[in-house]
Amino acid sequence: MMSGNRVWRKSVNAVMLSVTAVFTILTVSSLFLILGYLVFYGGRSLDWNFFTKLPLPPGEVGGGMASAIVGSAEIVGVAALIGLPVGFLAGIYLSEFEDKRFAPIVRYVADLLNGIPSVVVGLLAWALVVVPTKTFSALAGSIALSVMLIPIVTRQTEQFLREVPLSLREGALALGANKWKTIATVVVPAGSKGILTGMILGVARIAGESAPLLFTAFSNQFWGGGLTQPTASLPVMIYTHAISAYDDWHRQAWAAGLVLIAMVLTANILARLVLAKGISVPRS
Amino acid sequence: MATTVLGTAAVRRRTTRTGDELARLITWAFAAGILLVTLLLVWQLWSTSALTRHKFGFHFLFSSTWNPVTEEFGALPFIYGTVVTSFLALMISIPLGLGSAIFLSELAPARISNALTFLVELLAAIPSVIYGLLALFALVPLMRSYGDPLLKHTLGFLPLFKGPAFGFGVLTAGIVLSIMTVPFIISVSREALLAVPREQREAALALGATRWETTWQVVVPYAKLGILGSIFLGLARALGETMAVTMVIGNDPKISASLLDTGYSIAAVIANEFSEAPGATYQSALIELGLVLFFLTVVINGLARLMIVATTKKGSKR
Repeated sequence: MMSGNRVWRKSVNAVMLSVTAVFTILTVSSLFLILGYLVFYGGRSLDWNFFTKLPLPPGEVGGGMASAIVGSAEIVGVAALIGLPVGFLAGIYLSEFEDKRFAPIVRYVADLLNGIPSVVVGLLAWALVVVPTKTFSALAGSIALSVMLIPIVTRQTEQFLREVPLSLREGALALGANKWKTIATVVVPAGSKGILTGMILGVARIAGESAPLLFTAFSNQFWGGGLTQPTASLPVMIYTHAISAYDDWHRQAWAAGLVLIAMVLTANILARLVLAKGISVPRS
Repeated sequence: MATTVLGTAAVRRRTTRTGDELARLITWAFAAGILLVTLLLVWQLWSTSALTRHKFGFHFLFSSTWNPVTEEFGALPFIYGTVVTSFLALMISIPLGLGSAIFLSELAPARISNALTFLVELLAAIPSVIYGLLALFALVPLMRSYGDPLLKHTLGFLPLFKGPAFGFGVLTAGIVLSIMTVPFIISVSREALLAVPREQREAALALGATRWETTWQVVVPYAKLGILGSIFLGLARALGETMAVTMVIGNDPKISASLLDTGYSIAAVIANEFSEAPGATYQSALIELGLVLFFLTVVINGLARLMIVATTKKGSKR
């Protein structure tokens, strides 16, 4: 009786522990499955034209996504110009000037903002920019993406500044530096690696967003005319090409998917493995 | 301009203070900006959906008619599709995510655990349109030729698996969402499990419990709030997920008992129809759907954050 019970308990132990291992393998292998598919289909479809030519009308074979690559860079670049400084400064406030009542509210709201679906953020940018200007524009897309970027950067900046030891701050203050000088010359440089990592991860995250761009930056078959014109972007092109009925557009979608994932994963791997070596990067 | 030593010091202290106050004020303004943006978001959604809010009232939430031509709009099919796909996703991703989190925190050696967690983080970094691309060209054909027929043959007597099946549909969307939510459940649950004090495990093991009993009866209950938080976080992601769902759910505003049938979700209908929606009522209806989605995710996210904060506080006492 006793030994039977023990055998049972030991086998449950062995079975359940193996199950957790199998689940882990399943999850991690889905990453390789995804990458494998993209490399196989995307690699077959990718050619030099993809980087240099404009998209052709549906049905015609050939062309590329040069305008979408430039458009993505433009939209994401402007979003970063807005979002990174705002998030950075708000993060400094949360970590260094925290006051007991206001800071927890900001922290909580930043987390909520981070969790709001991207498509809803797109509605905000549409109402703020597209409606008054009466046109889809790269700027509207940038505004949407920057709203997504701000809370990510804020929380990461705060987190990494908090990890800077108190003794560094006290040392600077004891030498007679005032608070803002301490922050600018001691605290921020000490946390800079982590902050930079957080910024890169944040930008990589918004670079892959398509939902908020659908009705803000919209799309464009030609070269966009700057910030005030509808502008094509890589993620939106993947979507429109994938759901189209043309084989050659599907081919282009795979190629674009490979290029996008290569950029996003490179940024992630560089940021996490090289820049953030030895520091733990919190999930955004 | 100070004439005495005392005066100079006072002046210097005052400029120092002004510098600090200025820095404080500037950073405060940006922090306040976050609140402002969020308020602006709520206000914009509220005011631009006024048309349909007044026209349909609460009936909007319970009506299943979606007819842009006659300008009759009801949110029910979309709410249904959103909730059912997210629920399906959780059914798959909770065991998968919690199991993996247990393996990574309790069993795997630190180096392997870190390496695998890194890969899981990469999985979370994949853009949703890429998931959609793969789901569209790999998962949908797979479901059409194997998954759907198999379910119909074995479980076809249930209304859940009856009717036509094209590969597109609620079940396929749920599967894609499950893969997308697993990384969130794993990384937050793993942190919650790692925060459980070592003494808890040692005490259970010393009493003769097996490794699994220790984990399941002591460690997991200790971290349950954090795990629950991770599940809610995953749920909020699933509810708001747009591109991947749009590409596989079939985009068909109906409520069908069958999981193999096509459907629609809130995020998908906004992404799909908003840029081409003619007429103020149509636009207003879509924005009101956005408002519904906003409240849904804010409530779920708010609960998740509270739970996660509660466990990290508990864990940090060790």
